[in-house]
Amino acid sequence: MAASPDATGTRPATVLRKAVVIGGNRIPFARSNGAYTQASNQDMLTAALDGLVARFGLQDERIGEVAAGAVLKHSRDFNLTREAVIGSALSPETPAYDLQQACATGLETVVGLANKIKLGQIESAIAGGVDSASDAPIAVSEGLRAVLLELNRAKSVQQKLTALAKLRPKDLAPNAPGTAEPRTGLSMGEHQALTTAAWNVSRAAQDELALASHRNLAAAYERGFFDDLMTPYRGLAKDSNLRADTTLEKLAKLQPVFGKNLGAEATMTAGNSTPLTDGASTVLLGSEDYARRNDLPVLAEVVDSEAAAVDFVHGKEGLLMAPAYAVPRLLARQGLTFADFDYFEIHEAFAGTVLCHLAAWESEEFCRNKLGLQKPLGPIDRTRLNVNGSSLATGHPFAATGGRLVASLAKMLREKADAESRGTRGLISVCAAGGMGVVAILEAN
Amino acid sequence: MADRYLDLVNAGPLKSLAKKLGLPQPAVLRRYRPGTPLLPGPVLVLGSGAGADVLAKEMLGWDLDVRRHVAPKERLGGILLVLDELESPEELSDPMLTAGASLRALAPGGRVVTVSRPASGTGEPARAAARQAVDGALRSLAHELRGGATGNGILLGEGVDAGAPAVLGALRFLLSGRSAYINGQFLTVGSGTAALPAEADRPLAGKVAVVTGAARGIGAAIAETLHRDGAKVIAVDVPAAGEQLAHLANRVGATALQLDITAPDAGEKIAAHAAERNHGLDIVVHNAGITRDKLLANMDQAQWDSVIAVNLSSQLRMNEQLLASGVLRGAPRVVSLASTSGIAGNRGQTNYAASKAGIIGMVRASAAAFADAGGSINAVAPGFIETDMTARMPFLTREVARRLSSLQQGGRPLDVAEAVAFLASDAAGGINGQTLRVCGQSMVGA
Repeated sequence: MAASPDATGTRPATVLRKAVVIGGNRIPFARSNGAYTQASNQDMLTAALDGLVARFGLQDERIGEVAAGAVLKHSRDFNLTREAVIGSALSPETPAYDLQQACATGLETVVGLANKIKLGQIESAIAGGVDSASDAPIAVSEGLRAVLLELNRAKSVQQKLTALAKLRPKDLAPNAPGTAEPRTGLSMGEHQALTTAAWNVSRAAQDELALASHRNLAAAYERGFFDDLMTPYRGLAKDSNLRADTTLEKLAKLQPVFGKNLGAEATMTAGNSTPLTDGASTVLLGSEDYARRNDLPVLAEVVDSEAAAVDFVHGKEGLLMAPAYAVPRLLARQGLTFADFDYFEIHEAFAGTVLCHLAAWESEEFCRNKLGLQKPLGPIDRTRLNVNGSSLATGHPFAATGGRLVASLAKMLREKADAESRGTRGLISVCAAGGMGVVAILEAN
Repeated sequence: MADRYLDLVNAGPLKSLAKKLGLPQPAVLRRYRPGTPLLPGPVLVLGSGAGADVLAKEMLGWDLDVRRHVAPKERLGGILLVLDELESPEELSDPMLTAGASLRALAPGGRVVTVSRPASGTGEPARAAARQAVDGALRSLAHELRGGATGNGILLGEGVDAGAPAVLGALRFLLSGRSAYINGQFLTVGSGTAALPAEADRPLAGKVAVVTGAARGIGAAIAETLHRDGAKVIAVDVPAAGEQLAHLANRVGATALQLDITAPDAGEKIAAHAAERNHGLDIVVHNAGITRDKLLANMDQAQWDSVIAVNLSSQLRMNEQLLASGVLRGAPRVVSLASTSGIAGNRGQTNYAASKAGIIGMVRASAAAFADAGGSINAVAPGFIETDMTARMPFLTREVARRLSSLQQGGRPLDVAEAVAFLASDAAGGINGQTLRVCGQSMVGA
């Protein structure tokens, strides 16, 4: 095992064992250019780690491995996670690696580390993610970069002058990161607007989903659901995007921001789309044995996961529709249907994203033609969907969303399992840029 | 908040100037640090009874130089007056005057401790008079001490001998630097089981302690001190204070539990956390508290009710739940934070003083239940302590409050924490249902 050197040298388990979620910690999510304007990704990830260490008494402990990542990342942050670990209260002998899979980063760190635990390679792990839209990297233009590199190679004064002479005024304009897809030039919102229109999802349905997200999140805070999932940071104790008092009327007054040139009526507003957000989240994972030996709780098991990607470049599928393919593949592998799930956590990149997925799974045509199924997957019980709010209310610091979903769902499954003395199961679905999606199943017993 | 005046009169030319002008001369107190000697010099034991001999012998075992007679010109670290056999007021004359003749030899940070018996309402009036006389004599003597020296007393309860472990535990505490800001106070030692620690510097080794309101101020100092003394700490505070709570927890290897103690199930949540993570709970420190100061004429219901709910009702409920939970083990010890405001009253603090006086009543009435469980419950009543809260007081009010005690300075959060840590230790097993003031012998409510 990957334990201490004095452990008897047994080989890694050949039989897979369980990987469990022990708990989580995140900092409240802040709308960009708000409470965390002056915080870097490293600052926020370190804070989220330290809160986790404090909650579970992990001071100076050597964790098997820590994996986290950021979508908007400075080039200097090549070892972001390891640097955060060194700055945290964990043992400095804790190894770490960075991972990047757009908005699926957070969930993928959970999946990858859970797999290592299942294989017996590590006993404990911390998965996480962080993003700052406020402290985003700004790059120099391609023109300036080419000149600077040539200047670096130049040996003589003559060569240096030649390189500099290639510089044009427009090369001095910096490149700020955006959410535009490199291959289409369309922003994520414009992509979703195409899909939303194709599935005929109404403005009212999107606003209702947004309203439910805010109301559910507010109610979750009210009953202290986040007391052991969150640690305040920089004076913020709740997600700053939460509008507990919003109404359908207020949401209906907002002007559409995406899909204004599609011919059809534009339905996507700032109210039913996620804002740019700063934040970080972490999840403590371990083997059952690790949890038992350290007197730590077991919330839920990380059962299985599936990734998918779609061809949005040639218009075959909507940019954010990959989970619509990943979920049925995962259900088929596990022999499950929607009726077997107590909770669904479908990341609300946009209200339209969630509603397009639901519509697709209910569509006989989509399920037959795109998924090759005899009959549709059917509807999802809306009373089991995002019951403690999701990204429309919390905000969406890209890589931090996965950790938020996993820790919250694991706690919900544990509470329901304990209350009803039975096993419970939940599904997580996260869409990502590049036409990707990652989905996972958690179970508590 | 730094006490600049204290710094100035302890160094440089201002030292002698302050003396000439008769200004207050607060001393730098002798505070405990692990590994330092119990006293800054030999201890003089006065008293002719068997108790004096027993205590003198015990103290020899603590690596102290023990004197039974005054040695001319010798610096003393402490004076112990064993007065447990007093029968008439006249018998007080000799030991008091002998002690008085040695006071000038007392080293800075020295200790005077009396051991006597409480005056009961029955029996010989002359004996009761003699016993009560010790109270007035000791409190006055404490006012006269200088150089950070203090004077405190131990009262032997019914059937308790001077050499009982519970007496030795209290004596060690009062002699040590742990009691630096306690002056003019009496500790009554009863028949509860007490044990001196195996390791003097880690008296709480193996203990699990929960501290509420641990994120900052006195609560953070308590968590740090219990950790220093060997306890595993569960640090509790409201979710909104979570960031500081996490920092504190990571500093002292604690687990952070974000919890509103006024929640109906707060005690059960603490019990569940301790059962799952620590397999039990030995020490509960009810430190969390709030102030909502207003003159009573201007006070609204929310200001009154919230202070009572946080400072008092929550503790009553949590004690009940913790006792019922089965998580308390061995000799469970509860220490609650009262306040000198709850003893003397304070303008603008009817609500706060009510809650803190309520704590004093609560621990007195809960003592029997905790004794039945093999443990104890006591309160600590801080006076003026240098915290963020007192740093916000107006300058003059703060300066007056600081100098208005025998020690002529405010206490530190650590001073309160030391008293809490002592009462949470098995060495204090003989002390139950009491309230110990940590106020530098404040003139207020003396």
